Amino acid sequence: MKLFRKKRHRKQAAVYLILAAAVVWTLFPFYWTMITSFKTSPEIAAKPVTYWPMKFTWENYVLSWQNSGFSTYFLNSLKVALLSTVFTVLFAAMDGYALARYQFKGKTLFLLALLCTQFFPTAMLMIPLFKIYHKAGLINHHWSLVLTYTVFHIPFNAALMRSFISGIPESLEEAAMVDGCSRFQAVAKVLFPLLLPGLAAVSAYSFISCWNEYLYSLMFISSGSKYTIPVGLSMTIGEYSINYGQLCAGSMIALAPVLVMFAYVQKYMVSGLGAGAVKG
Amino acid sequence: MGRKKTYMPYLLMLPTAALLIWLLLYPVGNVFYTSFRRELLTRPKQNGFIGLDNFVRIGTDPVFWESLVHSFQWVAAEMGLQMVFGLGLALLLKGRFKGCGVFRAVIFLPWALSGVLVSMLWSMMYYENVGVLNDLLQRLGILSKAVAWTGNKHTAFWALIAAELWRGIPFFSIMLLAALQSVPQELYEACRADGGGMRENFFYVSFPYIKETLVLTTLLRTIWEFNSVDLILNLTGGGPVHKTTTLAVYLANTARRDGNFGYGSSLAVVSFLILFVLAGGYLRLSGFGKEERG
Repeated sequence: MKLFRKKRHRKQAAVYLILAAAVVWTLFPFYWTMITSFKTSPEIAAKPVTYWPMKFTWENYVLSWQNSGFSTYFLNSLKVALLSTVFTVLFAAMDGYALARYQFKGKTLFLLALLCTQFFPTAMLMIPLFKIYHKAGLINHHWSLVLTYTVFHIPFNAALMRSFISGIPESLEEAAMVDGCSRFQAVAKVLFPLLLPGLAAVSAYSFISCWNEYLYSLMFISSGSKYTIPVGLSMTIGEYSINYGQLCAGSMIALAPVLVMFAYVQKYMVSGLGAGAVKG
Repeated sequence: MGRKKTYMPYLLMLPTAALLIWLLLYPVGNVFYTSFRRELLTRPKQNGFIGLDNFVRIGTDPVFWESLVHSFQWVAAEMGLQMVFGLGLALLLKGRFKGCGVFRAVIFLPWALSGVLVSMLWSMMYYENVGVLNDLLQRLGILSKAVAWTGNKHTAFWALIAAELWRGIPFFSIMLLAALQSVPQELYEACRADGGGMRENFFYVSFPYIKETLVLTTLLRTIWEFNSVDLILNLTGGGPVHKTTTLAVYLANTARRDGNFGYGSSLAVVSFLILFVLAGGYLRLSGFGKEERG
């Protein structure tokens, strides 16, 4: 028995050791950029490299927010991501409700169409979407991004909403309707509160994807004052003389909202998003 | 409730259907149409139908063939490594133990980052002079001279692989962990009662349950990696001398940097067909969906 316990302990220790290594591997890039963002410019360029700032400074944050345009990029991204998320969640919830609560002709076809959209390469649609928006006068407007992100995120989220709604017994709404509610009231008063955690997870997920999107934003937006954060960051990396400190500070600013959303969504990820994504 | 004939579901799905037709179905058709045309953003007056010329040009374009090889190397390396590490981590994170929630949250974090941000974090480590990787390796005595990781033609590809791995492993772990958690606990106990060890546990109990997820995750990921451009564009820009130009990067550069919509569209059509054949073959080989779950 003692021997058994010892072996078990050793196994446990090995598991923790590997996980610790995985944590170091995961966190080190964050750590490095974060401490660099607090270093002064001479210290960043100095040899040997320092693993902790000799002198802490907020200057990089102030400068990247005020001078390097990160406040503009941040607000642009926030606007685009929030609008896209609202539309995505609204339409996905409508689809999810239709798919979960009704039997109708063309349902299988619609589901199949949703699945097919997942297979189109993003780069493939760069050119035709550019042409469409060009004709519609939407190039260099944030609406081109909102439309694109909404379209690309609806299918996956509709499938998720469908499985969330299917998980809530229809009898609850029926009971409310027997008690005199209209269908809309039943949905608003009975289904909606129960669906909130699912809606929040879908919103957070969709926000993160929109906040991160790069290629379309690069293709459709041409003026610096309308850049979203990924494009702004990428343009700063490409500049002739890079200010590493400000770039690191800008990266931390770009990371902040994602961290907040992730903290919320990660609880649902394994149970909800993972399972929902596979089972459709 | 839903048995009554009603127009309600169609009404609910109308906005989505309209958007999908306008911004997905039509553009896909348009790519095929444009691939038979000369279309340059810079010289719109010369635009017109040119038949198969674009495709003939692809056949003799050395950059295309080189980037096709890079695409396969990229996908193969990423798939193999992500699957091994992702599955390993999922198996380790499966149990309930002290701190498992924290471990999961931290290890899954890179999943939520944009490709640009990942390239940013990694280029801060890869830089020749201010980068930490050279410093660490020199201190450990592994390197004697600083290396320009993303600029050197021998290291650039592997520098990209490492960064993409950092971002890609979590997705595999998340999906596989979710699948592993659907395995009924009694099965493990039954397996143990029959004298099964860790290996039997995995191959006879876990594996049949996660097989479908594994196939689907690899497929989604293959498509995703085949098309991924943000990390490559920002870390190496496809260089040095096309050494890290994948098909997707070549397509993105042709469309955006060169404004060559005709040739870009034909590249898009060709990559779509390659992906289609690849995905179809993979699904057939793995026997996906043949047997009902359960």
